[in-house]
Amino acid sequence: MREPNGTPRIGVYVCHCGTNIASTVDVAAVRDAAESLPGVVLSRDYKYMCSDPGQELIKHDIAEFGLERVVVASCSPCLHEETFRGAVGEGGINPYFFQMVNIREHDSWVHRDIAAATAKANDLIRAAVRRVRFHEPLEPRRVPIDPRVMVVGGGIAGIHAALTLANAGKQVYLVEREPSIGGHMAMFDKTFPTLDCAACILTPKMTQVRAHPNIQIMTMSEVEEVSGFVGDYRVRVKHHPRFVIEDACVGCLECIDACVFRNGKTPDEFNLGLSKRKPIYIPFPQAVPQVVVIDPEACIEFRAGCRKKTCVEVCAERNAIDFQQEVTYDEVTVGAIILATGFQAFEASRLPQYGYGRLDAVYTALEVERLVNASGPTEGSIVLRDGSTPTSIGIIHCIGSRDKNTNEYCSRVCCMYSLKLAHLLKEKTDAEIYEFYIDMRTPGKGFEEFYNRVEEEGVHFIRGKVADVYPEAGNTGRVVLQAEDTLAGMVRKIPVDMVVLATGLEPQPDAEDVRRTFNITCGSGGFFTERHPKLAPVSTFTDGVFLAGACQGPKDIPDTVAQAGAAAAEALALIDAGHIELEPNTAFVVEERCSGCRTCVGMCPFSAISIVDGKAVINEVLCKGCGTCVAACPSGAIRQNLFEDEEIFEEILGVLTHV
Amino acid sequence: MATEPMIRIEADRDPEFAAWFTGLVGEEKLRECIHCGVCSGSCPLASHMDLGPRKLMYLAREGWADDVLGSNTIWLCTSCYACTVACPQQIPVTDVMYALKRKAIEAGKAPKRHPVAVMAKQFSRMVHRRGRMSEAYLIAGLALRSGVHRYVGMLPMGVNAVRTGRISLKLDRIRRRKELTALLDRVEREREEVAAS
Amino acid sequence: MSGYQYYPGCSLKGTGKPYEESLLAVAEALDIRLDELPDWNCCGATAYMAVDELQATTLATRNLAIAAADGRDLIAPCNACWLVLSKTAGHLADDPGLCSVVCGALQATCTIPNGDGPAPLSYDASVPIRHPLDVLVNDVGVETVAAAVTEPLEGLTVAPYYGCQIVRPLAPFDDQYDPVTMDRLLEAAGCDVLGDYPFKTRCCGASQMMTMPDVGVDLVAMLLEDAIARGADVIAVACPLCQFNLEAYQSKAFKRLGKKGRIPILYFTQLLGLAMGLSHRALGLQRSFVDVKPVLAGRSSDA
Repeated sequence: MREPNGTPRIGVYVCHCGTNIASTVDVAAVRDAAESLPGVVLSRDYKYMCSDPGQELIKHDIAEFGLERVVVASCSPCLHEETFRGAVGEGGINPYFFQMVNIREHDSWVHRDIAAATAKANDLIRAAVRRVRFHEPLEPRRVPIDPRVMVVGGGIAGIHAALTLANAGKQVYLVEREPSIGGHMAMFDKTFPTLDCAACILTPKMTQVRAHPNIQIMTMSEVEEVSGFVGDYRVRVKHHPRFVIEDACVGCLECIDACVFRNGKTPDEFNLGLSKRKPIYIPFPQAVPQVVVIDPEACIEFRAGCRKKTCVEVCAERNAIDFQQEVTYDEVTVGAIILATGFQAFEASRLPQYGYGRLDAVYTALEVERLVNASGPTEGSIVLRDGSTPTSIGIIHCIGSRDKNTNEYCSRVCCMYSLKLAHLLKEKTDAEIYEFYIDMRTPGKGFEEFYNRVEEEGVHFIRGKVADVYPEAGNTGRVVLQAEDTLAGMVRKIPVDMVVLATGLEPQPDAEDVRRTFNITCGSGGFFTERHPKLAPVSTFTDGVFLAGACQGPKDIPDTVAQAGAAAAEALALIDAGHIELEPNTAFVVEERCSGCRTCVGMCPFSAISIVDGKAVINEVLCKGCGTCVAACPSGAIRQNLFEDEEIFEEILGVLTHV
Repeated sequence: MATEPMIRIEADRDPEFAAWFTGLVGEEKLRECIHCGVCSGSCPLASHMDLGPRKLMYLAREGWADDVLGSNTIWLCTSCYACTVACPQQIPVTDVMYALKRKAIEAGKAPKRHPVAVMAKQFSRMVHRRGRMSEAYLIAGLALRSGVHRYVGMLPMGVNAVRTGRISLKLDRIRRRKELTALLDRVEREREEVAAS
Repeated sequence: MSGYQYYPGCSLKGTGKPYEESLLAVAEALDIRLDELPDWNCCGATAYMAVDELQATTLATRNLAIAAADGRDLIAPCNACWLVLSKTAGHLADDPGLCSVVCGALQATCTIPNGDGPAPLSYDASVPIRHPLDVLVNDVGVETVAAAVTEPLEGLTVAPYYGCQIVRPLAPFDDQYDPVTMDRLLEAAGCDVLGDYPFKTRCCGASQMMTMPDVGVDLVAMLLEDAIARGADVIAVACPLCQFNLEAYQSKAFKRLGKKGRIPILYFTQLLGLAMGLSHRALGLQRSFVDVKPVLAGRSSDA
């Protein structure tokens, strides 16, 4: 083992963190114990080390007492390692002559016994003091950033983020799985609480996206693979065949009229199966791009061959239809990625007690959005599956939300959209409307006022979760809703013509695959996890990958747009710097010891190691400092900055000295 | 019109009972009730109950022991488990009802001649002694101990059952009933030993 | 040894006698061997659990231990017995402390006849507890049952009533909210099954009928009224308590509804037996309180 660099002069700082640490750890005793450790020339405790005076203390002591190493015992390095390294650097010594000890998350917050917590703090500080003696001067790595950005998902979040970036002069790739951008918002009728028409406010933005010179839309496309790292992501995009050449189609829609199918036979996805479409179709009138699409499952050309090919005939010299299209791939390079992959509505048939799929009178909220919409399957009139107009309607909240049998979380938007649907249904049918809620959650600007408005309109509010939905005897077509009216303390049975299930928001079914592709994390509900719930709400643990909209958690349109703007701003801040600094904790090969056995090559999760002239070479830019190769190398030929053997062994010895 | 003030003072609350109650199910799950009412809404007998399961659970977790143990709700539960499977917080309401029945008996709060409590005791005594339940004797015992007047209306039914050979007047028992009694006594002794230590 | 062990429970020896008779007759017709569990005791039902949890568990465990000595699947036709035995097996698996107390006491006090005389009784968790609906649909198969049908019950509209305890809180062999095993068997028997009968799994009042009949009658009235409104000729059941409550309290229930009416409440095994051409007597039909002749007129040899 090497000797330490002489006997460096070490300063130790113990933070109280107000009472966060000081109430469980005897900071004065810890300070005194540290003072007696070999090499420590100075030990202090201070109320808030991260404050300006706290940092000044470090800088002052370096100058005054000639400190050569600094140890700060405070919170998690995730929060303040940067801060203290900065202070150490400004004090005039290399910023990596510093070691941080976490006596808050690892100690005071997880223990009650003061004596034991104090002893643990002593152990951890002893370990850091022994380790820091071996620290070497290091410089952060600098890598250039590609100025282009990819936005994945073309709903309102992706649209807004893409436009923000494009308006700032950045080149954006907008990747959307469906044939048109627009997402869920395009399906909505009105938006709460202002009752703006969703299409009226969304479609202008969709048109802007289409016309923007800085945005390249990739519809019917999915991200297949992501490699590289922040500033230099290589993204492989898979394009599914549309069987229509986008550049050639002018959106005249004559082919749809000409199709040999006189009427549609396939459930229309956009109308959730409440209407039928032809094999050649446009998803909805305002679709962007304004290009038709052919469904190979439905089109007879793909099964038996179509003799007439009337669509090709009518398209004539435009020649936009191409039955030979196949899956193609593109690889693009971007500096940052914004994920805006949205949500899926809870599948109501998973709760059979509510009768969805079994009882004709039962609808999901999203279906009702289409029913009330003027461009929907019934042109906006409320006509039930049996052809009748409802005179009584029950709306049931929390379907697939606030229920540990499905999703424990509150989906946040259902109370408000239920109120909106109650208003719209009341307006259109004048039916008696019953809302069954557990708690009415209206915490937004203008939300409570909207609730009051709907109450004034005469909607009945029953505080109780519906326990049973069953068909009324005698073939009336009505169903009976049974619930406890908890405010009145009695069980009620209410026959209604129509039931609306306020289904919650769930992660997309392939969120887990997307998570893996982009190397980010999911929380317990399956939504993508932000880097910090308060202070880094649109960042992820992967640098350069940002989140926007409901893929991060259920949220309404205003919050989604705000978050999309924030994600775009974060991406801009990143790429506008032109380069980024990375931790210097990379691994490196001691060439004379390397036998070229290739063990490390296969182990490296980042493909950062290659063999050049029979020796392993680590690409410093690709290395993430995970240490796998260091541990795997049979000849001990790989070392890692900040994790040198003696640093680790000294740290272990420091802790074990106690035992 | 006579009025009765509905007001409670904090001193009348029984925190020990509340602690016993919330400890019935692990992880303090009983405190997680969100009062959605799906238990009472799904309960086939809620309309006959003074409290219903939702209110009962709430009063119990707050420590209103007398209201809970003296309520008819616990005795009207038929163990159909509708509430248990519907509960969004996965609270095993039916099992909690059983626990409250046992607590009421133990605390002497079970209504004196309440037929449900009487039957539970009759039933267990008969099975303890003989290993099997004989319907005719169960009903007879029930009538004697909770009031014959309640069962006069059931007489034609009994006649029907005898006529169709669906009720036996023989008192059934198992062969190795001594072993069964020894078994039940032994687990009882072990429980007492555990309680004592 | 093929076939099953069979746990009748107290009711099938009393008010539920027609269930036992018809089950055994149908099993024989399908060539399924059923052997009654030797010296079984009461499962404890819901009443014992209300008095003492440990003793109730112990009581049920003795049956499971006797069954374990044989090893074949144990059929419990009464919903309440089936649930008590199933839940007990679950408790013993989840709570090793409880299991060791109960099993230790069993070994010390109880015996089972062996070749050389009585041997100590010991419990192991090897025996699956099955309901006849489960066995007929999943082991025997609906096709096999259908193949045994000689006199399909065409034109007989049946409301299938499962009761609560075979679908709640456990539902190992059928859908919790919309069970279909009985529907499928009755369809195989040629019946018109009211698959949308919404009260399939509602409570019949259970033992409340004995203790607080006024309360129970309301439940029964609702079940009967809806079945009749949907056109049922018969309500089919799979539990002795359901059968007794729906049948014996009918006159009171109709009185409460202010209506006149009668509807036979038959075990699904009785209906299957009829379709297989078995005699009324073999199926215990003569033990019905409600006259079954009007709905079965013109069917079966000895009608």
